[in-house]
Amino acid sequence: MNPGLLAEIKQRFPAVVCLEEKEDLIPYSFDGTATYQTMPGAVVFPTTTEEVSALVKFAAERNLPIVTRGSGTGLSGGSLPIADCLVLCLVKMDKIIEVDRKNLTMWAEAGAITAKISQAAEEAGLFYPPDPGSMKISTIGGNVAENSGGLRGLKYGVTRNYVMGLEVVMASGEILFTGNKCVKDVAGYTIRDLFIGSEGTLGIITKVLLRLIPKPDARQTLLAVFDKMEDAARTVSAIIEARIIPCTLEFLDSVTINCVEDYAKIGLPREAAAILLMEADGHAAQVADEGAIMADLAKKNGASSVQIAETAEQSTALATARRAAFSSLARVAPTTILEDATVPRSELAVMVKFIQETAVRHNLKIGTFGHMGDGNLHPTFLVNERNHEEMERVEKAMKEIFDFAVSLGGTITGEHGVGMAKKEFLKGALGELNISIMRKMKSVFDPQGILNPGKMFDL
Amino acid sequence: MSSTESLRTLDYSILQQCMHCGMCLPTCPTYDATKNERNSPRGRISLMRSIADGRMDATKAFGEEMYFCLGCLACETACPAGVDYAHLFEVARAEVEKSQTLDNPTRSVVRGVLLRGLFTHPRLLRLVGRMLWLYQASGAQWLFRVLKLNRLLPKRFQNLEGQTPTACGKFSCDLIRPVETPKDRRYRVGVLTGCVQDIVLSDVNRDTVDVLLANGCEVHTPSVQVCCGSLHAHNGDMQTAAGMARRLIDAFDLPNLDAIITNAAGCGSHLKTYGRLLADDPAYAARAAEWSRKLKDVHEWLAETGIRKPRSIAAPFRVTYHEACHLCHGQKITKQPRELLKSIPGLELVELPESTWCCGSAGIYNITQPEMAAKLQKRKVDNILSTGVNVVATANPGCHLQLVNGVRMAGHNLEVMHPITLLARAYKAET
Repeated sequence: MNPGLLAEIKQRFPAVVCLEEKEDLIPYSFDGTATYQTMPGAVVFPTTTEEVSALVKFAAERNLPIVTRGSGTGLSGGSLPIADCLVLCLVKMDKIIEVDRKNLTMWAEAGAITAKISQAAEEAGLFYPPDPGSMKISTIGGNVAENSGGLRGLKYGVTRNYVMGLEVVMASGEILFTGNKCVKDVAGYTIRDLFIGSEGTLGIITKVLLRLIPKPDARQTLLAVFDKMEDAARTVSAIIEARIIPCTLEFLDSVTINCVEDYAKIGLPREAAAILLMEADGHAAQVADEGAIMADLAKKNGASSVQIAETAEQSTALATARRAAFSSLARVAPTTILEDATVPRSELAVMVKFIQETAVRHNLKIGTFGHMGDGNLHPTFLVNERNHEEMERVEKAMKEIFDFAVSLGGTITGEHGVGMAKKEFLKGALGELNISIMRKMKSVFDPQGILNPGKMFDL
Repeated sequence: MSSTESLRTLDYSILQQCMHCGMCLPTCPTYDATKNERNSPRGRISLMRSIADGRMDATKAFGEEMYFCLGCLACETACPAGVDYAHLFEVARAEVEKSQTLDNPTRSVVRGVLLRGLFTHPRLLRLVGRMLWLYQASGAQWLFRVLKLNRLLPKRFQNLEGQTPTACGKFSCDLIRPVETPKDRRYRVGVLTGCVQDIVLSDVNRDTVDVLLANGCEVHTPSVQVCCGSLHAHNGDMQTAAGMARRLIDAFDLPNLDAIITNAAGCGSHLKTYGRLLADDPAYAARAAEWSRKLKDVHEWLAETGIRKPRSIAAPFRVTYHEACHLCHGQKITKQPRELLKSIPGLELVELPESTWCCGSAGIYNITQPEMAAKLQKRKVDNILSTGVNVVATANPGCHLQLVNGVRMAGHNLEVMHPITLLARAYKAET
């Protein structure tokens, strides 16, 4: 960043921590996304909404691009810096302000850690269901900006379903509040919803008002092994048709099963085509019934074995394979690219088969696991980013996978967002009209184009 | 790492293995304190990678960062991709030393005296230990403290005198015969007496031998043993570390021993890497690999061979367990010490909140980074006091001394003990 501008920031905001040295900035030149790196101009750590507002006003005056960041765990490059931009890091705004047991809501600052939100809800006997894989360190502001998912999407939905209100600093520096604690509210457009999943391009979320629900008191875990992916998919359909909505329906494909077995050695059948982890939660009697029905349906649809956990320890043991899936894959190759193509769950078996064929066609190693109940797949590319020829094949394979997902009525990203990683695929997935409406919206919220410019789509 | 490796010659895939997912951040004590990415494992790895890529030099700021890291390895436990941070950390600190970017006269003298003088000469170290014992036993320390002579020291060292460990009157060689044989010999093992351990906690070494004897091990304990070199390896001096490794290997009759036993977590974590450290040395590579295979932490060894449960009857007492970083993160030994403690009659194990969070000792970190070390010490002691126990068990001399000082400063008389000492006492109570 030019020294004059930097000096001015430090002079105007003496109370705000500002990083400018190379050794301080390199660690902010990436997020959780593989292969992307761009150096920011400076990183600032505001501690109040007012400071955020003043910083944004300053940036607007100087036409300085702003990239908002939490813990930098995103998987689509949403918080990746723009060259020489000002990074607004909100991790020091991390307070949980209020848990309201009468209205079942929680107020938190944007930098509050998701796991702490979940823990605070639990301490009040309540439940905040969204559980993205990075929840131990991801921030709630980042979750809202990316509309993060998690393992419980099928039954409980995603972050969007738990946002009741937002405090947002607009590109002008004005502070907007949208939403309230009312379950019903039809006064005007629901501006709040536009910020959910906006990836920092429309405003800077500084506080969130979350919806909480009562905590389910029982849980039942099952693990089923299948020789054919189609049988696992048929089991899932049968469960849904039996009017059971499990809180978890996770699967591993054969590549992933073998990687888990190589690393964790827990005795998984290497010849299996799929493993399905199922979990019901709710009232104890209902959970026991649902567990028995799910086990029965798995057997009827060709499962070679079904295990039902009797104790909490057994539940944990059954979940080991799923928990170890990502770690096991990540150890196979130097670069791990985690994707999230998503299809309607009725198309899941077709999609998995296509991914496996694509891997063979392009001579790539791809392990697929994910959320079978909601059709959200995680094809994981195990490659080396320094092998340029291999990376070209990755790009081709990825495009084919996204195109096929869209042709099945699916989407290019279920829960990671567009950011930089999916930008070139967005138009193909949504069509010109959608993109042009988004561009117009962007120009209303951020006429100067200083908020996370170049992300999601080009103006 | 081999003793000549640098960030640019390092196998690049070790750096690439970090996919910067951020799962290490909540477990890193320095990131937790500052919320600055530079002070986190993935931040530090990104700096190392920049140097490996030739995009940055080993600057002063880089050097300071590498020494701000505790090396507690909590990040390794949290890492989903299995990044070998311990290896990266050693190479990075060696890079800092090679670049001389942190050099100044005081630092060079201190490093020279401590790392290459004192800790490479076991007899000299014992002499210093004897002087320390004299200083303390003669009343000179009492006089020093009464007269507040610490005011004459440079400011950042003024508080250190108060933390001087109490030296033992006897060293390990005065307490342990070179070979001790039990009646029912099932194994033959070597015991490492350590350097700091030998001077300030030599009774723990005696207890270790007693416990091994009670579990069918013939114990071989060479009377003069050099420091294992972990202090050197963790402080960027790989050449000296390699030299110490060779000398220590030479001190034992390796082919005729079933295992080499250590009771100090920090040493054990490093001792297990001798195979890698001497891989390029044709004269030692094979023996170093055998050494790494046979090297066992005492809890690990007892769990593998089966602990004989003490037959004594004891009044109930409550103990909590602080996990030394280089035992739980460095060596992934977590269950074994707990099992050992639970085998002791009357002992009720109370789980310690944040048991795997670093206590701030971290080798010589409490000397080089007193401020951060004091914060971590207080956090640890507060957690220990919250359990309401009378004894805290821990298996590393650095942690041991850090806790003794922390508990004393908090005005409590809670005891700090090695788990092995508790077991040895239970065996003694049998007769």
